[in-house]
Amino acid sequence: MKQIFPGRYDSLAQIGQFVHSAADEAGFDSFSIYAVELAVDEACTNIIEHAYGGEDRGNIECTCEITPEGLTIILHDHGQPFRPEDIPSPAINAPLEERESHGLGLFFMKKWMDEIHFDFSQNHGNTLVMFKKVEKKGE
Amino acid sequence: MEIETTQYKHCDLVKVNGRVDSATSPKLAEALTAITEQGRFRIVVDFSGVQFLSSAGLRALINAQKTCKRYNRGEVVLCALPANIAAAVELAGFNSIFRIFDDPLMAVGYF
Repeated sequence: MKQIFPGRYDSLAQIGQFVHSAADEAGFDSFSIYAVELAVDEACTNIIEHAYGGEDRGNIECTCEITPEGLTIILHDHGQPFRPEDIPSPAINAPLEERESHGLGLFFMKKWMDEIHFDFSQNHGNTLVMFKKVEKKGE
Repeated sequence: MEIETTQYKHCDLVKVNGRVDSATSPKLAEALTAITEQGRFRIVVDFSGVQFLSSAGLRALINAQKTCKRYNRGEVVLCALPANIAAAVELAGFNSIFRIFDDPLMAVGYF
């Protein structure tokens, strides 16, 4: 399943619906469906904000692949390379005054997906692959 | 996303409905700022009608909490978090910077 969305924040709800349906079809429970939707929302926000540097600068291509093991989501864009290592981990135990309000998105993606992998190519743009394992009922 | 704000004697209740993401979080931030700009710093945010909350929404809450807690003049508290949202809020470490209540009545009663 593949869909292309305009790289703007009001596409996020539609992208969310698209991956929500795929996660549902893959057999995830409601919390895991939410986790997938959140990870993809955060990833797409990063694409718009960091890779494209704003809205309406390019598209986001979203592919969902369901396998017996789980769900793979591939996000592709043609913006600037996004360096996840440049984003510091949020200080989630710090007192309020020291809390930075950025960096939580990538943190959620890492915590709630089983694998995330970024790939940057001069000619083909940026690709983010995220995988979440499905827990089969009764196992 | 829809926001309803109710002013009580001791606090303001902000009821958020729908989806809070990067497209809609500026509206939440504006609603919170509109309250603090009136010199009111005791705010309850009711999440019972929220289906989805991304880090953009969490950012609006952190910023409002920083404004309200400055000079000990008030506080933002959260209430009625659906289970998925409560899990995200906990993962983000928000339990240590926000009081969380089960329902709006208890939250309003706190002030």
